[in-house]
Amino acid sequence: MISFQKAGFSYGIGPILEGIDLSLAPGSFHFLTGPSGSGKTTFLKLCYLALRPSEGRMLAFGAPVEELDREGITRARRRIGIVHQDCQFLDHLTLVENVGLPLRVLGRPEESYVDDLADLLSWVGLEERGEALPPELSGGERQRAALARAVIGSPDLVLADEPTGNLDWEMGQRILRLLIELNRLGKTILVATHDLNLIRAAKSQVEARVLRISRGRILTAGAAL
Amino acid sequence: MTRAEITRLVTGDREADGVVPATGFSALMVGFSSAAMAFLAVAAICLGLAAARLADRWSTEFAHAATVRISGPSAELDARVSAALELLEATPGIVSARALTEGEQRALLTPWLGEGIPFDALPVPRLIEVIESAAGPDRDSLRQRLAGEVPGAIYDDHSRWRRPLLRAAGGMQMLAVVAVTLVVLLMAVMVMLAARSSLAANQSVILTLRLIGAGDAFIMRAFVRRFTLRALAGGLAGTVLALIVLFALPGAGREDAFITGLTPTGWGWLMMPLVPFTAAFAAFWSTRWATRYALRQVL
Ligand SMILES: Nc1ncnc2c1ncn2[C@@H]1O[C@H](COP(=O)(O)OP(=O)(O)OP(=O)(O)O)[C@@H](O)[C@H]1O
Ligand SMILES: [Mg+2]
Repeated sequence: MISFQKAGFSYGIGPILEGIDLSLAPGSFHFLTGPSGSGKTTFLKLCYLALRPSEGRMLAFGAPVEELDREGITRARRRIGIVHQDCQFLDHLTLVENVGLPLRVLGRPEESYVDDLADLLSWVGLEERGEALPPELSGGERQRAALARAVIGSPDLVLADEPTGNLDWEMGQRILRLLIELNRLGKTILVATHDLNLIRAAKSQVEARVLRISRGRILTAGAAL
Repeated sequence: MTRAEITRLVTGDREADGVVPATGFSALMVGFSSAAMAFLAVAAICLGLAAARLADRWSTEFAHAATVRISGPSAELDARVSAALELLEATPGIVSARALTEGEQRALLTPWLGEGIPFDALPVPRLIEVIESAAGPDRDSLRQRLAGEVPGAIYDDHSRWRRPLLRAAGGMQMLAVVAVTLVVLLMAVMVMLAARSSLAANQSVILTLRLIGAGDAFIMRAFVRRFTLRALAGGLAGTVLALIVLFALPGAGREDAFITGLTPTGWGWLMMPLVPFTAAFAAFWSTRWATRYALRQVL
């Protein structure tokens, strides 16, 4: 899916990430953890091509990212579903419209996916809130809606940035189960979180690799976390 | 731009429409500035056209007209008039010469002197109406011969009072052309600025759309269509409002009004639809340009 070779990134001042050597194999489940400000969101941005590595090589779906033009980036993004840390909805559109947006920008007429939309909304438990505007939703509702939007285009790779950050334990578990279910359907999953309990809960249900960012390096964490 | 793009701009794109927020201050600004500038543009164009009509009337109506004024003792006036007529008819460059009747002279003077004036008692000069040919007579020699053969006759081709008026009308026309050009340019700039500021306010929308897989063309279409239509609607409203105001002005449409009214006539009407379309055109290109610029800020 995505792989890095000796890749590094810097916003200009000092390096945020360096010497990244890893690849996200198809169908794999990864957690990315590390202290606040360590670069988890930055790494996800590299993965969804909002940033490009400032050094080293990166392949997205087999193609070197430096060779991708804007069209190429668009095509790659359609294979990636993103749950942003701050969700990023269009506040003037209803929840259903927001969740359907990835298909709408493909030019698909709404009739062709209303049923999928309804299924997805009930899957994340938001079937009652479809006509609400994003600012009217609770933080947890927004995060579940963001997950629904991330998967409606049936992407190969799902990137989730703190998807349980605003949720209580119960709801966090529910999101986790949804992600695991997606993984069983063959999707590659990468979840950035600093919630170690979530990772522990997941490890009993799915074979997940845990990556930890420590002083700009991404390491594979041992069994002890 | 391709033909498909134009078709989509006109017929609409159900998917792209509505992705851009329809409300907000900056969105309002595009419509409002386009309406206000269209109003001013229509007013400037109509003033310019009226000035052109005025100048045209002054230059054609009096261009080939002249008068001969004959004064003297009333006993000799008739003889002097026929002598002058004879001389004029023999002059090359004069198409016709006709003495005004007493009734016509009276009608000309009544507005100035009032009714019931004892005309015969007044030393009123007699007038001969002369129509010159396009080339006109040799006025200097005509004046000399008139002075020699008909005492008290003065040839007046109106140029003395007509020339400054024509200069004034020409100046007005120039002013109108400059004003129209400036207003139209200003309209384009205003619409561009409004569209750009609105787009800047929508930068997060662009980023979100980009991240969920929208292509540049889709995003461009959504913004360009929204802003173009908004500018067109604003421009139409401003144009119609300006025309309503111009029609409501006192004196408008009256044939004898000082400058025949400010409402456009004939070809002038054809310029009116150009105003909202100029606004839409400006919005179209500036939005395209600004959207492309905004897109370049995000991968
Ligand atoms: N656009 C930017 N320009 C400059 N520096 C940035 C930018 N975005 C993030 N940073 C810096 O990069 C570092 C890593 O930020 P990042 O958002 O990746 O951290 P994070 O691990 O996601 O943190 P958190 O757990 O709080 O979300 C931080 O020090 C942050 O200040
Ligand atoms: Mg983060």
